[in-house]
Amino acid sequence: MEPNLPLFYTFNFYVFGIVAIVAALLFVTRKSPVAAAMWLVITMFALAAMYVMLDAQFIGAIQVLVYAGAIMVVFLFVIMLLNLGHPSEIADARGRAWRLVAGAVGVAMLAQILALRRTHVQPRIPPGYLARQIEYTGVIAPVAGPLFNEYLLAFEVTSVLLLAAVVGAVVLGRRRTATDAG
Amino acid sequence: MLAEALFFSAVLFTIGVVGVLTRRNAIIVFMCVELMLNAVNLTFVAFSQVYGAGGQVFVFFVMTVAAAEAAVGLAIIIALFRHRQTVNLQNVNLLKG
Repeated sequence: MEPNLPLFYTFNFYVFGIVAIVAALLFVTRKSPVAAAMWLVITMFALAAMYVMLDAQFIGAIQVLVYAGAIMVVFLFVIMLLNLGHPSEIADARGRAWRLVAGAVGVAMLAQILALRRTHVQPRIPPGYLARQIEYTGVIAPVAGPLFNEYLLAFEVTSVLLLAAVVGAVVLGRRRTATDAG
Repeated sequence: MLAEALFFSAVLFTIGVVGVLTRRNAIIVFMCVELMLNAVNLTFVAFSQVYGAGGQVFVFFVMTVAAAEAAVGLAIIIALFRHRQTVNLQNVNLLKG
């Protein structure tokens, strides 16, 4: 991204940010799990747009594919499988004390993070460097380079993590039958 | 742009925390955790503009871990529902003193 951006660009970034926040607020206040999941999908799409505007086009595409696509479909599938939505499950908001605690924690965290935001950041790379890199090498190379050099071990360990998650999900989701040993 | 991105990220993370604290439906609490992970991803992407593309690699790892977590967590919720016929966290109080 170039150092002095056109106003239009900044305006669009704000629009997507506000869409994300409004959708997130609607998400935590919806009673029906399906409606909440749909608003969360909107938040994730707005975040994908913000990633694209922050010179992370590949991450934006992955966000749409993995988060808004795969993960949210799994959530909706589980909501459907458990047939949530009858009144006893819907009335799930906690009482007034919990809401006060949550509000206090929220205000305190927001104040902390906004105070941290005021610290001065010393840039390691010149402004607009990432955008020029993407221009020369394409969108994927700036992510793929470190992934397969500096973070190769972490990348390989991730495959073990995914295998463990698949095995764990199958074991946990299996219906126990009488013929099972133990 | 960095300051704006950090602001939006902070607000989204706080909404996620408030959701975790105020809701009792296990699936919605779980989705709030996903929202918090997304907020942190936005911070990583924003900082990758001043510190280099390593931050985007971390977003990649966070997404992988989130996918694995969603698979295992939802399997746990299904097992819980089979066991107790509810996903309301107030009714899951076996460990409560």
